[in-house]
Amino acid sequence: MLEIFTTLAGAITYDLLQIDRGTRLADAVHFFIEDTTKIFFLLTVLMLIVGFLRSWVSPEKVRHWLDGKPKIIAYSLAVILGAVTPFCSCSSIPLFIAFLSSGIPLGVTMAFLITSPMVNEVAAILFGEAIGWSFTLAYVAVGMGTGMIGGALIDVLKLDKWVEPFVFQVKMAEGDLDEPKLTAKKRLSHAWGETVDILKRVWLYVLIGVGVGAGIHGFVPQEWFIEHASADNLFAVPMAVLMAVPLYSNVTGVVPVAEVLIAKGLPVGTTLAFIMSTVAISLPELVILRKVLKPQMLAFFVGYLALAFIIVGYGFNWFYG
Amino acid sequence: MKKVEVFGTGCKKCITTEEMIKTKADSIGAEIDLHHIYDPVEIASRGIMTTPAVMVDGKLVHKGGLPDAAEIEDWLK
Repeated sequence: MLEIFTTLAGAITYDLLQIDRGTRLADAVHFFIEDTTKIFFLLTVLMLIVGFLRSWVSPEKVRHWLDGKPKIIAYSLAVILGAVTPFCSCSSIPLFIAFLSSGIPLGVTMAFLITSPMVNEVAAILFGEAIGWSFTLAYVAVGMGTGMIGGALIDVLKLDKWVEPFVFQVKMAEGDLDEPKLTAKKRLSHAWGETVDILKRVWLYVLIGVGVGAGIHGFVPQEWFIEHASADNLFAVPMAVLMAVPLYSNVTGVVPVAEVLIAKGLPVGTTLAFIMSTVAISLPELVILRKVLKPQMLAFFVGYLALAFIIVGYGFNWFYG
Repeated sequence: MKKVEVFGTGCKKCITTEEMIKTKADSIGAEIDLHHIYDPVEIASRGIMTTPAVMVDGKLVHKGGLPDAAEIEDWLK
């Protein structure tokens, strides 16, 4: 079914724009048209379906489900729910305070917060379609594993002291708020609203991602990657992670970049390390979290993630090498 | 007069929600007592985790996104 986008890209590139087949420019333009149309199509359809299903899962309910669970179950649930529950970054502070003040351990709360921007079910499907389902599996496992271990470390090291003390003094309202009743029609209209909203927020990342992907696809020869970034080059993984720290993109924007890097022969581990680092660490998010977390905790957070992605990179390169 | 509270930490959607309610109240001639609560501590302590959220007379009617105009009219009537 998705071949239609290849056909469309071919028609526009070769027939409409009259670019000669086989040239670098043709490759880049073809890639750009095929990937933009395909990603926006998939994004819209998937987000509508996912948004509809997700209207049954809210952070308020997640808090309930996590409450009083044995640690191992709480951590597993936190990262699974983190993966399927997105929240606008402006909600992350009330959410953080509400989780802690209702007695959810800091480690479990952080596991949820770390996983949420990193693992996204729509991106998982896009990766599967563009690269392969084993890559999707690696992506989801790495994202959830990083969140779970990060949370557990914060718990073991007793890093509660690096949370601003006022957070622990907040008293939650007694009893539960009645959730507003939702009809199927309302759920669908919310899903549509959410889809439009997310599209507005990510379209630029997707275009930039596809643009960068198209540029690499058409103009950077495979030999460059083999020479500079093969698994034999020990510096490639840490370089990829460090390069990505100041970069930020929504996870849907990195799909086309990852697709091209893999196609050009960049090892799976290095690619994973690069994309995880790009989506997980964002400066605006850190600025927001500073309201509730002390600078030491933010430093720990960034340091841990960078180290985790470097280990992931080496691990996968070694495993597949 | 209904007491309408909008909860949001200052993000664009939260401000838009407040404006939508204001506009709607003006257009249907409903008199409301409108507040915007920015403080994340107060938001969390009221039990709200996803913003923008809206309470009418202390009852949660909406959370986690932009409301639509028809919904707002229902709350204000």
